[in-house]
Amino acid sequence: MRPGLAHDILDLTSEHLVLVLTAMAIACAIGVPLGIVLTRRESWRSPVLGVANILQTIPSLALFGFLIPIPLIGGIGPRTAVVALVVYALLPILRNTMTGILGVDAAVRESATAMGMTPRQILRQVELPLAARTILAGIRIATVTTIGTATIAAAIGGGGLGVFIFRGVASVDTVQILAGAVPAALIALIADGGLGWIERKLAA
Amino acid sequence: MLRFSKVGYRVNGCEVLRDLSFDVEKGQTLVLLGRSGSGKTTALKMVNALLTPSSGEVLVEGRATSAWDPIELRRRIGYVIQETGLFPHFTVAANVGVVPRLNGWAPERIAARVDELLTRVGLPAGEYGRRYPRELSGGQRQRVGVARALAADPPILLFDEPFGALDPVTRIEVRREYTALARDLGKTTLFVTHDVREALELGDRIGLLAFGQLQELMPAAEFTGARSAEALAFLKCLDDGPA
Repeated sequence: MRPGLAHDILDLTSEHLVLVLTAMAIACAIGVPLGIVLTRRESWRSPVLGVANILQTIPSLALFGFLIPIPLIGGIGPRTAVVALVVYALLPILRNTMTGILGVDAAVRESATAMGMTPRQILRQVELPLAARTILAGIRIATVTTIGTATIAAAIGGGGLGVFIFRGVASVDTVQILAGAVPAALIALIADGGLGWIERKLAA
Repeated sequence: MLRFSKVGYRVNGCEVLRDLSFDVEKGQTLVLLGRSGSGKTTALKMVNALLTPSSGEVLVEGRATSAWDPIELRRRIGYVIQETGLFPHFTVAANVGVVPRLNGWAPERIAARVDELLTRVGLPAGEYGRRYPRELSGGQRQRVGVARALAADPPILLFDEPFGALDPVTRIEVRREYTALARDLGKTTLFVTHDVREALELGDRIGLLAFGQLQELMPAAEFTGARSAEALAFLKCLDDGPA
């Protein structure tokens, strides 16, 4: 073990976590409400999902590059990285929120309406609880991919565990690469396990 | 109490209901009998403003449904459907208590009412209240559906083939219980079915629908004497053994 490596791992891991958590918080804050809106406006569905789909297909390294010259959201540093990560996390959250709510049994929705629930009450008391599992599954997929993609943030000065990986690749240093890859994989596994556990709790 | 006045309904140029007029007196039960696609469910859904007539109007307590606030209207109407529409994530007790809760009743009052109703439909709250709908049989779910519709003591009840998905034995059982309950309650009821026996057993009057039009409208006791072609087709089912 090289001197200072353990310390660096801790530092970069926490940077990595901040990137992921910030991006996921923003992606959920946009994706869930937008997903709900899509269930209410059928005509918005294909354009919005289409755009989200296209964004998803841009290679991540290219997307980080594209964002650099854009004012306000772009530039070098973690802010640009978060924007790119949000873009990637959006689609699964958006799509699962929409399919989760649309998947609620029509008879259940009809009787909620017939009992005199307002649309807001139906959303909060019936649709969201019944869709919660599907929505969470989307968040889980998005989180795990974001943890992996966040390693590329280092390419544009966003920090995180990718710093090790890029440094390791440049200097052909396997230890450095592993110092970035192993913690990232561990975080992904823990996040996947934890969110999966909550998902099963919701199903029970 | 409940009046259909020249109600028509069209969807995509297709006429589902035409010139439908009838009354349901306070405390009476009118059964709308008809085949699948006759428009009976469409008519029913106009009462609680799930659908709006294309022409004519439906009057509830003398006021057109279009003039009611839909939320207020629906809170005054109990609604039971074949698929029950019970909330799968609510316990039986919570399902029954939905409308009282929406109406802002105190928790103790809701609990007492839920107890009372569950006992009444033969599912004592102590034993069944904490279960979830998926843990009940079809007949039990339907009983919970009836209890839920009655919870806030609405003056009007709507039933859409409530016993249609049950096996024949359970269907007759639940129907018999319901008939006894309905007699006690004396609610204004509109009941939709394709089962002529059910119509004869439950209805004070029977309205026979075919192709969106009333073929017959008469006291249930006289229905066996009806002579329209559609009525004869339904009456023939009575001879063909148990439905």
